[in-house]
Amino acid sequence: MSKAETKELLNIKNLTIHYITEDGTVKAVNGIDIQLNRGETLGLVGETGAGKTTTALGILRLVPNPPGKILGGEIFFEGEDLLKKSEVEMRHIRGNKISMIFQDPMTSLNPVLTVGEQIAEVIQIHEGLGKQDAIEKAKKMLEMVGIPGNRHSEYPHQFSGGMKQRVVIAIALACNPQLLIADEPTTALDVTIQAQVLDLMNNLKKEFQTAMILITHDLGVVAEVCDKVAIMYAGEIVETASLEDLFENPKHPYTWGLFGSIPNLEEEVERLNPIKGLMPDPTNLPSGCPFHPRCPKAADVCKKQMPKTTDLGNGHKVRCLIYEGIVKA
Amino acid sequence: MHKYVFRRLLMLIPVLLGVTFIVFSIMYMTPGDPAQMILGEKAPAEAVERLREEMGLNDPFLMQYGRFVKNAMMGKFGRSYTTNREVFAEIFSRFPATLQLASLGVLIAVAIGIPVGIISATKQYSLFDSISMIAALIGVSMPNFWQGLMLILLFSVYLGWLPSGGYGGFANFILPALTLGTSSAAIITRMTRSSMLEVIRQDYIRTARAKGVNEKTVVNKHALKNALIPVITVVGLQFGYLLGGAVLTETVFSWPGVGRLLVDAIKQKDTPMVQATVVFIAVTFSFVNLGVDILYAFVDPRIKSQYK
Repeated sequence: MSKAETKELLNIKNLTIHYITEDGTVKAVNGIDIQLNRGETLGLVGETGAGKTTTALGILRLVPNPPGKILGGEIFFEGEDLLKKSEVEMRHIRGNKISMIFQDPMTSLNPVLTVGEQIAEVIQIHEGLGKQDAIEKAKKMLEMVGIPGNRHSEYPHQFSGGMKQRVVIAIALACNPQLLIADEPTTALDVTIQAQVLDLMNNLKKEFQTAMILITHDLGVVAEVCDKVAIMYAGEIVETASLEDLFENPKHPYTWGLFGSIPNLEEEVERLNPIKGLMPDPTNLPSGCPFHPRCPKAADVCKKQMPKTTDLGNGHKVRCLIYEGIVKA
Repeated sequence: MHKYVFRRLLMLIPVLLGVTFIVFSIMYMTPGDPAQMILGEKAPAEAVERLREEMGLNDPFLMQYGRFVKNAMMGKFGRSYTTNREVFAEIFSRFPATLQLASLGVLIAVAIGIPVGIISATKQYSLFDSISMIAALIGVSMPNFWQGLMLILLFSVYLGWLPSGGYGGFANFILPALTLGTSSAAIITRMTRSSMLEVIRQDYIRTARAKGVNEKTVVNKHALKNALIPVITVVGLQFGYLLGGAVLTETVFSWPGVGRLLVDAIKQKDTPMVQATVVFIAVTFSFVNLGVDILYAFVDPRIKSQYK
């Protein structure tokens, strides 16, 4: 049981995932490190196309192949490298120890199977229960996410968007996973429903001591739910810090930019200060630091030199030449 | 559901009116005189004229059509000009042959098309996929009558294994059923493949994989049922089409079915027989389609909830 007692649950080292297409190689994830302890929640924040979803699919080894390919790195989960596991071993982990909630509840459920069947399936696979017992447990899971158990025999189209996302959450939590990956779980929902779903996830996470990676582009959601934050840009993690550190003392110019894009009620500002320019094309990333074309602090050296990770202490890490003492802040 | 079926049956009325009107017009406008045909080339002109008057062929077009509709509503489609038998009795005596051939053809098509389509989709761009897609392309491109002739040439003339035509034992079925089956199989293969390819990319398939479902179950349980709807449509259309008598194939293999009955009736300008056959084909086709629509409800609960 020594493995279960260690604090560390997930340790991703130098993970690289590319999509190799005829039109060029999409460099989706470029050497990222993520470290997560049991029961902790990490917010993975970044713009659309930063490689967040690819990272998540990479952890479950569900990157569509072809064209996607995990080119290198290690993903240690409970001390074992997931990239070295066989497909059969991975199937025992998916939905059981690691489960995932996808972005769009409208399309994540199979339209021709009842919600009860869809929840029961994951229970049958991993807990070896018979069909009847699994359905009974599925009903309990439905009750837990706030849906009457007797609706288990209904089909997804008979539920609203928020309800469907609850069903998806019930599927993800049915086998009491160690790690839950939630890929923008509230983006497709109405604002009022968003708050409900977040509350629900927060409560269930505490109840079951589940660690979570919450993928989002919404810093408000991060502030509400996360213990620590990783900021992702063009397939790299440019800054990691505890929630307090990141909000009070952001270091990376990109993180500054993200905060500048949020309206602030307390300050009187004429207009928002969004980050100039667009995310670079991942088939053709700029040389040096990938953020340099949009960076207000960029110097000539940023075009050539790739920044290394600088540890600022207390788990606060940043990838910027400013903190290597090469560029003036 | 009952209401839905009833409404669909009501819709048959305008369909049949349209179909009969068009066929009646074509038969009216094509050259040739049924009275002359009945009495023979050498019959005296007065006799022909008398028969024309008797048969109502001298009446205006709309009057003739109206009389046809009126009789048809009372179930009277008349007698064949050539055999003088009740037309529907003739059709019903021919139908079993067509039904057997069509069923066997569709069975072959489904047995080949669906599995090959599924494997092609799950192994996209593999050697198997390329070969089956080329085969399917050949299958849809080959005209039935030509394929039938080639099969006769090979298996009946050169090898002498199978009879070249006629109706009777199981051996007689093989070549015509194969002819019908291969072209339908090609269409069903292509449809299954493209439908599966679309479904396999859906988010709920990713959800199933993320649950730890094995690939076989992902394909057979999660993907197939969703991919089946367009496939059922095509199978239904093919079956409906074959039930109406595969005109060319039945002719090539001298198969005593509805299709050949129609061809012979057209050749002899046997208007009542042509009319009745076409009505019969339209009704069969509509019923098969209705059956397909009802089948949808069992596959997709979203469609079921619309059949109110």
